[in-house]
Amino acid sequence: MASDLTPSTEEQPRRLSAGSTLTRLVGMGVVLLCVVGAFLYLGGWFSLHKLTPSRFVDGFEKANGIYSGFRRNHAKGVAVRGFFDSNGQGTRLCKAVVFRARGVPVIGRFSFGGGNPYVSDSPGAVRGLGLQFALPDGEEWRTAMINLPVFPFNTPQAFYDNLLASQPDPNTHKPDPQKLAAFAASHPEFVQALKIIQSHTVSSGFDNSAYYGLNAFRFIDAAGTSIPVRWTLMPVQPFAPAIASGSPQGDKNYLFDALIASIHQHPLQWHLIITVGQPNDPTDDASIMWPEGREQVDVGTLTLDSIESEETSPARDINFDPLVLPAGIAPSDDPLLSARSAVYSQSFTRRAGEKKEPSAIAPSEVRQ
Amino acid sequence: MTIVRQQFTISMRFLHWLMAAMVLAMLGIGVAMVASLGNYHWLVSIHRPLGILILVLVVIRFVNRSFSTLPPFPPTMSSQERLIAHASEILLYTLLFVQPLVGWGMLSAARYPIVLWGPLHLFPILPHSVMLYTVLRKMHTVLAYLLFFAFVAHFGAVLFHTLIVRDRLLSRMAPWRVRAN
Repeated sequence: MASDLTPSTEEQPRRLSAGSTLTRLVGMGVVLLCVVGAFLYLGGWFSLHKLTPSRFVDGFEKANGIYSGFRRNHAKGVAVRGFFDSNGQGTRLCKAVVFRARGVPVIGRFSFGGGNPYVSDSPGAVRGLGLQFALPDGEEWRTAMINLPVFPFNTPQAFYDNLLASQPDPNTHKPDPQKLAAFAASHPEFVQALKIIQSHTVSSGFDNSAYYGLNAFRFIDAAGTSIPVRWTLMPVQPFAPAIASGSPQGDKNYLFDALIASIHQHPLQWHLIITVGQPNDPTDDASIMWPEGREQVDVGTLTLDSIESEETSPARDINFDPLVLPAGIAPSDDPLLSARSAVYSQSFTRRAGEKKEPSAIAPSEVRQ
Repeated sequence: MTIVRQQFTISMRFLHWLMAAMVLAMLGIGVAMVASLGNYHWLVSIHRPLGILILVLVVIRFVNRSFSTLPPFPPTMSSQERLIAHASEILLYTLLFVQPLVGWGMLSAARYPIVLWGPLHLFPILPHSVMLYTVLRKMHTVLAYLLFFAFVAHFGAVLFHTLIVRDRLLSRMAPWRVRAN
């Protein structure tokens, strides 16, 4: 490397004056600051009031408290397993492998909405069903459904604002009726959605509930044609209306216990019904239903034949992110979808690192 | 007299600038997606395959570098500066290799499918463990900030040489051809 140390024969640049050096140093500083500033700007450091996944989950924690190791919403649950048999009817709508296969292994989780994992069962609480389909080609399909025919909110911001408005008052331990009224007054779609929800009779249990996919999605067929769809799981178990309220013999888990007993008696089944939208049907609003008369296609049967406590099931550590989709199923333009994916992920990351407390539905409760 | 190479080889320069653009995009996408509700999904959908592409390219780049003749440092650089430049190069190569692996690993530990494009997906490289996920998820953030810091230092050093020292350090990596005097 001796040549490096000898004076270069190259023409040396003219010496910079002190002023010129300073100007250049300042210019350099400005460029570097801009780079750092752009990075921080993209990371949301300058938008302190923007609703981020992190602030959204903070909202859940404010409203419900923090229960170590549990989901920040739909905290109380039980895990199930089974399989999905497609009947081939879905293949003309969608190229996803799941609609061609039989015996697709499924892991799922029934839950109640809300962040309290030890809340008493009640028929009015929102029932959730998260499912993970393990497709034969190694792909996955996850969906998180609830028993409401429409979602009460059509934007992430409305959901968040309602979460804060429903926060219990520290003195009365109940939500402030004025805040709730103010929310309803400024969200007509919320009032409309509640009317639809209240016009549906709630079923007596988890096993005879229908579960709705909430958002619109898009199916892509083998030719590449994309159509708007929604999906619903319709129970094979006969419908019976819920008994007004209250848990017989004060059993806090009576609806989960009924599900456990039911699944131990015989496998539970649902038909997966695809509702095919028309090109003009709104796909960006989960708070309204599509008009009557849309084509409905039964594409297969979900069978759930075993149940276990979350404590012993991998379902506890699965994020039922509704945007884990196989090729052939794509998100619609519904703004809730990306937000659900982002917030579920944030909730998952927070609970993943926490100590796991016992589930309300203990392994002993599920044993046959 | 042997001709001393003035510039990195064309393949090295190509890979450098290609990866510079990809890594900067990746850092921007990464910080933006974790702070976004509406853009989260499409940004994550780019982040995953782009990260894997960077992992592949950094391996190719390292092999390519090992078989290439490198231009000497400019005489204006002291031995200390050369040591720092060399160490920062090792740091950058290491980060570019480790960061995508940590990303792949954390998705594996959380049992998220590692979807690249359509039905194309990668196998998990770690067992399902949320504790492992927690550690790797934190590490992914720390390494991202470290990578960004290393980039700013690298960029700052090149700016300093180009604007103040004016020793034509940048010409070694310039995308165009620079002839020796």
